[in-house]
Amino acid sequence: MSKIHVTTTVNGDETEFLCDPRETLLDVLRDRLSLTGAKEGCGTGDCGACSVTLDGRLVCSCLVLGAEAEGKSIGTVEGIAQGEELDPLQEKFIEYAALQCGICTPGILVATKSLLEKNPDPSETEIRYWLAGNLCRCTGYDKIIRAVMDTAADLRKAS
Amino acid sequence: MKYHSPKSFEDAAAIAQNADGITRYLAGGTDVLVQLRADVVTPDDLIDIKKIDGVHDITETGDGWTIGVAVSGAEMSEHPALGMEWPGIVEAMDLIGSQQIQGRATLVGNLCNGSPAADSVPALVAAGASVTLTRTGGTRTVAVEDVPTGPGRTSLEKDEVVSAVNIPKQVENGGDAYLRFIPRTEMDIAVVGCGVNLRLDGDTITEARVSLGAVAPTVLLVEEAAKAIIGTTLDGGALEALASAASTACNPIDDKRGTIKFRTHVAGVLAKRAAKIAYDRAKGVK
Amino acid sequence: MSENDVKTNGFKVVGTRPNRPDGTDKVTGRAKFGADMAAPGMLHAAIVRSPHAHAKIIKIDTSKAEALADVKAVMTRADFADGLTGGDWDVLENIMAGEKTLYDGHAVAAVAATSPLAARDAAKLIDVTYEVLPHVTDVDKAMVTDAPIIRAGTADASVPEGLHPNVVRYHESGHGDVEQGFADADLIIEDSFKTEATHQGYIEPHACLAQMGNDGRAELWCCTQGHFNVQKICAKVTGTDASQIRVTASEIGGGFGGKTAVFIEPVALILSRKSNRPVKLVMSRAEVFRATGPTASTSMDIKIGMTKTGKITAGQGVFRLQGGAFPGAPSDLTAMCAFAPYALENVHQVGYDVMSNRPKQAAYRAPGSPMAAFAVESVIDELCNKLGLDPIEVRLMNASKQGTKASFGPKFDRIGLVETLEAAKSHAHYAAPLGEGEGRGISCGFWFNHGGETAVSLALSEDGTAALSVGTPDIGGSRASMCQMAAEELGIPYDKIRTTIADTATLGYNEVSHGSRVTYASGLATIKAARDAVDKLCGRAAAKWGIDRDAVFWEDGCAKPSGPNAGDFDPIPLAQLTARMGATGGPIVGHFEATPEGAGVSFATHIVDAKVDKETGQTSVVRYTVVQDAGKAIHPSYVEGQFQGGAAQGIGWALNEEYIYGEDGRLQNSNFLDYRIPVASDLPMIDTVIVEVPNPGHPYGVRGVGETSICPPLAAIANAVSGAAGVRLTQLPMSPPRILEALDQQASG
Repeated sequence: MSKIHVTTTVNGDETEFLCDPRETLLDVLRDRLSLTGAKEGCGTGDCGACSVTLDGRLVCSCLVLGAEAEGKSIGTVEGIAQGEELDPLQEKFIEYAALQCGICTPGILVATKSLLEKNPDPSETEIRYWLAGNLCRCTGYDKIIRAVMDTAADLRKAS
Repeated sequence: MKYHSPKSFEDAAAIAQNADGITRYLAGGTDVLVQLRADVVTPDDLIDIKKIDGVHDITETGDGWTIGVAVSGAEMSEHPALGMEWPGIVEAMDLIGSQQIQGRATLVGNLCNGSPAADSVPALVAAGASVTLTRTGGTRTVAVEDVPTGPGRTSLEKDEVVSAVNIPKQVENGGDAYLRFIPRTEMDIAVVGCGVNLRLDGDTITEARVSLGAVAPTVLLVEEAAKAIIGTTLDGGALEALASAASTACNPIDDKRGTIKFRTHVAGVLAKRAAKIAYDRAKGVK
Repeated sequence: MSENDVKTNGFKVVGTRPNRPDGTDKVTGRAKFGADMAAPGMLHAAIVRSPHAHAKIIKIDTSKAEALADVKAVMTRADFADGLTGGDWDVLENIMAGEKTLYDGHAVAAVAATSPLAARDAAKLIDVTYEVLPHVTDVDKAMVTDAPIIRAGTADASVPEGLHPNVVRYHESGHGDVEQGFADADLIIEDSFKTEATHQGYIEPHACLAQMGNDGRAELWCCTQGHFNVQKICAKVTGTDASQIRVTASEIGGGFGGKTAVFIEPVALILSRKSNRPVKLVMSRAEVFRATGPTASTSMDIKIGMTKTGKITAGQGVFRLQGGAFPGAPSDLTAMCAFAPYALENVHQVGYDVMSNRPKQAAYRAPGSPMAAFAVESVIDELCNKLGLDPIEVRLMNASKQGTKASFGPKFDRIGLVETLEAAKSHAHYAAPLGEGEGRGISCGFWFNHGGETAVSLALSEDGTAALSVGTPDIGGSRASMCQMAAEELGIPYDKIRTTIADTATLGYNEVSHGSRVTYASGLATIKAARDAVDKLCGRAAAKWGIDRDAVFWEDGCAKPSGPNAGDFDPIPLAQLTARMGATGGPIVGHFEATPEGAGVSFATHIVDAKVDKETGQTSVVRYTVVQDAGKAIHPSYVEGQFQGGAAQGIGWALNEEYIYGEDGRLQNSNFLDYRIPVASDLPMIDTVIVEVPNPGHPYGVRGVGETSICPPLAAIANAVSGAAGVRLTQLPMSPPRILEALDQQASG
């Protein structure tokens, strides 16, 4: 089977891999690059557990082919913390108990980071609609939304 | 499956023309990759059209707008002027899926997937939009309503590829709107969709186009519904006539997303609600 | 244990909200879930599934798949152990079909290949010849005379003569004289209700990584609510000794009861044995929907009589549960929970467990109870409406209390239903004005809770820290509450304890994480194991001081002489004792093994406001308040999280979630696009009130909290929607077409 050679950037690191044309970016991240932070909850773009950024744009990595990553810059949950310093959003999720099982957490963190970069002062409704593509079955979203709102408030105070 | 990333639409069309098996174009991929994962369609040739020059551009021309085939919903929403002129189209596109889907999904993909429930299509039809089709050695322009021919089917020839979406300039005193019904607040496929585009002279509607989605094998342009409001000030009687015409035009199915009865009724409800929004927009009411 | 033994105050760590110990792992992507593990030389497996609801397997031709170079093993039912009977046979039959496939998605064969794509491609080449049989997927239709028989002879002795062979278990309970009760009523309401099957909807599909040699020694990594149960079942169906299979529970991405069952692990083990390679097997989302979960669908008839002042004079219910292609629908639990919140003199309930051509139902959060509450609490609401009575006052008037003879038989010990009703009544939500088009619904809910086999070990380290090993997978933050309880007992800081979910080779048998039992049972075991360790620490101090063990007590993390008579010694902190463990008698490990039976039952009262768009039938939940008795909240944030999660799942069940089968008996919505669980924009904030009425059966008074929270929402929302729409909704989900249909029928009289 002929594989495609792809050169891309993942969390700032230049990365090369070979993939089958049918493999998704999610497959590549998990199975070829051992970055298992992004999860496959559905494989069809309905749950958001595989959320990553592609050239800064929030996407489901299950709906991007590995081959499409050529020349792109990819951001995953593994790239959110800076060294041993957790991102304020990560700290807040722990403090607020904004996760129970934690399977949706990587996708929600990636999606939320992307929101706060575009909109530092989102309303509760804006957060809820932005995160509508990130299914959480455990929490009822309450503590997640509160953690995001409080992170945004802290970031605004700090800036 | 072979993955192709041609540099021109002519090259893309040539790959499709020479292909033997199943061919799919890859724009945003939000339908193609779902079908691949679910083993519904595994193309033999997948033609990625995102590496063609200009496909990411939203261009204001003298006659209106040209939307590149790889422009995502998020890019349309972020455009400073497009949504001011065609809020119905931009909102219709924005309704599709999550923020993640918006990062990838395109107008042309939504159209060529051939779903009668595609959200952007009724809005494009109401607006009188068209698409440019390219084949080796030529192009042609087709009205959006003439592209879908049935669920999952389009009128495109094997060697044709959509190379642009063309939206006319909104007329003075014109306004458009699109509404859909879904059971949740997000993430669902439209059970019913309705696009309305109209023009006013004073308080009176002088031109109108009304379209319906998810109530027939293809998106419908409903002339009777437009007639019901042309010449009126969208008074109560006109709204009831509009609802009645919209419901009458429905030819839906019972399926997991809705019943015939429900879709027929809600088509009328949405037509009224969308018409009111379009009317207010045409009046300049925010 | 008497109530006097329950510690109810003076807590230092319990009741606080420390950061969970697995927090950093889970926000950085480092936490390893079921599908996140890999092994050198690993193969990937795929399962071939039946496209038919009911079919005889004529032939399975695996030759085309086996001919592929990438394919390293292919298996069918023939590769499993022979001779299983009863429940074991059922489990095996569900893991892989034998002579017949019994539902759309039933596993038929499996393949292991060098990549996930190669495995999927090879699975498509396995050619199965079927003889399609008549099928039935509806509970009422499955009980009628000419319904296709799923499996003759399955019914047990409880089933009365004359019922269809698909009725496989029968339950009847109650007390008093319901006919007399109805005669005493001023108003009787009788109605029928239906609920659809819903899936637990955990976001993580089932996944495992297995390695098994031809010597029978095996290593298994999987996401499960109970790895000891996985070990037991894998041993049985593969014909291996349980002790040779070491199972490690991965992080688990949600379960809600659905990961108490075993589906794929034995398949991966056998493929590994056949290929002599590690095998990873991960379900797709469609497989999860088609072949795991769901809860039972129901058809129910309720009759309740009430006096003008609100006293319930009699309650009667018939509950038919569709459990899929195997016995086991919780029709008994449904019947027993139905009237449990109320002190009734006359009550009678009947439950039917009915088989059909659907996947075997699995436990889902208080299995059986939410449906019963939907039916009973809807009728109570209607009675209150018709009699002009306040729904909370009526429930208070009839509420079960300590000493009440429960509808299912025994007398209640100390319970907190009245306290939840009083808290709901005085909550601002209950007094808040309703908006245009809104209705308010109230419902109570009940769940038994459970204890179960539990083993815990707590090893002290030389540096004065502790390693706690428990055997109940952490499905919602339980490692935090275990650390808190151990810290409370040992008197050392929370972060000086690490809790690990130990593998099956390390601890004694632990029942699965179900029945809201983890904080109760593993918590109780943790406290007792810590006390065992403390006892040993006190012994070391006593030896050092040369006094009796009884003259030493433990306080604030130190051994102290119990009084002036014991001698004048400075307290010895834990770390000083552990530093010299080796020289003073060896390692100190506390442990506890038992089957605690004092899991206190739990009640909740929910208040919900819903708005209905009468033109489209769309419902939005505007405000939601959960009031529930937690006994004692160890980590209040995670207690609130359980309350909120149960409410959210109930909202989905009430409004949009349902299994939709076509005429062909195939599941039509096996994805999250059309199986519509609530998304963030569907829900309001969910307020919580934690009521604490101590459970006499736990050292700190803990009651399980995980399940009761899903019992009231179906009814509470139905009552709110019925109020807003002005018409009683008796069928779930209350989807927009159903609401419009009900309005239509009302309009046409």
